[in-house]
Amino acid sequence: MRWAPMAKKLLQHGVLCLLLVPVLAPFIWMVSTSLKPAEEIFGAPLRLIPQQLAAAENYGRALFDVPMLSFMLNGLIVVLGILVIQVTVALFAGYALAKLTFRGRDLFFGLVLLALCIPIQVPALPLYLVLAELRLLNTYFALILPFMFSAFAIFLFRQFFKGYPEEVLQAARLDGMTEFEIVLRLILPGARPAIAAFSVFSIVAHWNDLYWPLIAITSMERATPPLGMVLFRDSALSADYGALTAGAVIITVPLLVLFVLAQRQFVRGITMTGLK
Amino acid sequence: MAALADMFASTRPRRSARGLSGYLFIAPALALACCLIVLPLVAVLFFSLTDYTLAAVEFSFVGFQNYASAFTEPGLRVALTNTLLYVGVVVPCAVALGLLIALLVHERGRSRRFYEIAFFLPVTGTMVAMAVVWQYLLHGRIGPLNAVLSGLGFERVDFLTDPDAALYAIAAIGIWQLTGFAMVLFLAGLTAIPRDIYEAASVDGADGGFDRFWRITLPLLGPTMLFVTITCSITAFQVFDTVAVLTRGGPMKSTEVLLYTVYLEGFQYFEIGRASALITLFLAFILLFSLLQIFVAERRTFYGG
Repeated sequence: MRWAPMAKKLLQHGVLCLLLVPVLAPFIWMVSTSLKPAEEIFGAPLRLIPQQLAAAENYGRALFDVPMLSFMLNGLIVVLGILVIQVTVALFAGYALAKLTFRGRDLFFGLVLLALCIPIQVPALPLYLVLAELRLLNTYFALILPFMFSAFAIFLFRQFFKGYPEEVLQAARLDGMTEFEIVLRLILPGARPAIAAFSVFSIVAHWNDLYWPLIAITSMERATPPLGMVLFRDSALSADYGALTAGAVIITVPLLVLFVLAQRQFVRGITMTGLK
Repeated sequence: MAALADMFASTRPRRSARGLSGYLFIAPALALACCLIVLPLVAVLFFSLTDYTLAAVEFSFVGFQNYASAFTEPGLRVALTNTLLYVGVVVPCAVALGLLIALLVHERGRSRRFYEIAFFLPVTGTMVAMAVVWQYLLHGRIGPLNAVLSGLGFERVDFLTDPDAALYAIAAIGIWQLTGFAMVLFLAGLTAIPRDIYEAASVDGADGGFDRFWRITLPLLGPTMLFVTITCSITAFQVFDTVAVLTRGGPMKSTEVLLYTVYLEGFQYFEIGRASALITLFLAFILLFSLLQIFVAERRTFYGG
């Protein structure tokens, strides 16, 4: 009898591990290939553990034959630029929606809800035409512009601020604090968990985005990591799987580390969108 | 104290100052929303009724002709059919697998966090980078998957260059990515089911795992299930990266999906009118699913309350 729960547990772990194989295989294969010399990648017997290490060559080519470091720097600039603007704009808008009463508030909230349902691909075409007209394509500004307004951030912050105790706000107002000071000195410090959750969400989304950079950028200099990867793949090095997978490792690993560190916040963020 | 606070809140100057702060605080967001969403949306709807191309000096209104050609012109219709087929394959598989994994992970103790992270990794991975890896894994000649197939005595499959197989290969990658997302949403739903319901059920004689699943978990998970399906459908509709990197719509248009066609028509051929009509259709699908989602969320809060 006592064996039954144990067997059940083992069976469940077994099924989970079996399902993990296809889930993790690409990641494992990516790392393994990035360490192999070309003859082993294309050679007949398939081995996971490289016989000969070619890590230095592969990563060297990915980093220096292809401007992978510059892609990463571009990615960082764009992702942080987007994040700072999104959070600043949404902090005030979210607070106003949650805690201030003014005419037209519900209308604005309606607009936020509508915007929540409109993916970037929809305004992309007119935004592209305007940016082309103003000769602003191929700039960091072009990469950041469409994402300055985040309906998700405003919605998330509004829901979060709704729970902020009204008495504290009233006390602060009685002490003569302006609304601006309230946001900076009370709301902002208290909003850290919501900001953290949203940050992981935003960073992952914009680091990985291909659609908009593919449209807004045409030169290597301003390419973000995914676009850089596409240019890399289309270049003369396209059959160089060792260097390609090394490049893939270089742009994927920072995010995976970020995700593992911030997993709780991120999952909470996902679930919050789920619960909207 | 509360009464005092109320009194203060309703004194006039204070209230109007707070109202003013409200407008000031939403002003940047409102301005951005108008420039980045409302006006572009109006422009897309406008262009979709014209034959505007970027090179043309003038353009004229063509009514709903662009929409009509999306359904009749074989080149455009294939994008709609492929997208629906992709969603139709990816969503049921990702939802079923996500549910199975969530049920198994939910019962774990110490190992739960490990499984959560492991199964969720594909969601965070940079799809473009992973697509390059998949390209190698699925390669007809040098790919490990084909090595396994031929090792087992099967014929090799050119997953990404065979017109009959390419869309399914792209869909498999989509399932790989979406399953972890579905799992997380199901885990949230499972956590919301009160433990004592199971205890009450076991008193009533519903003891076995399958019994509990069919009679309690599944019905209580119903709203979550609907919600996960809708959210996954919205995501699946936006398939672009894998097609752009791996097949570029080929071979023989077998993987042309809606957003990739919009990208080609709009940003490669500069057929602004045609692209706008396609993007409007795309938006219509997304809005339909979003409305369903809002409807389900309403019902679910009612359910939970």
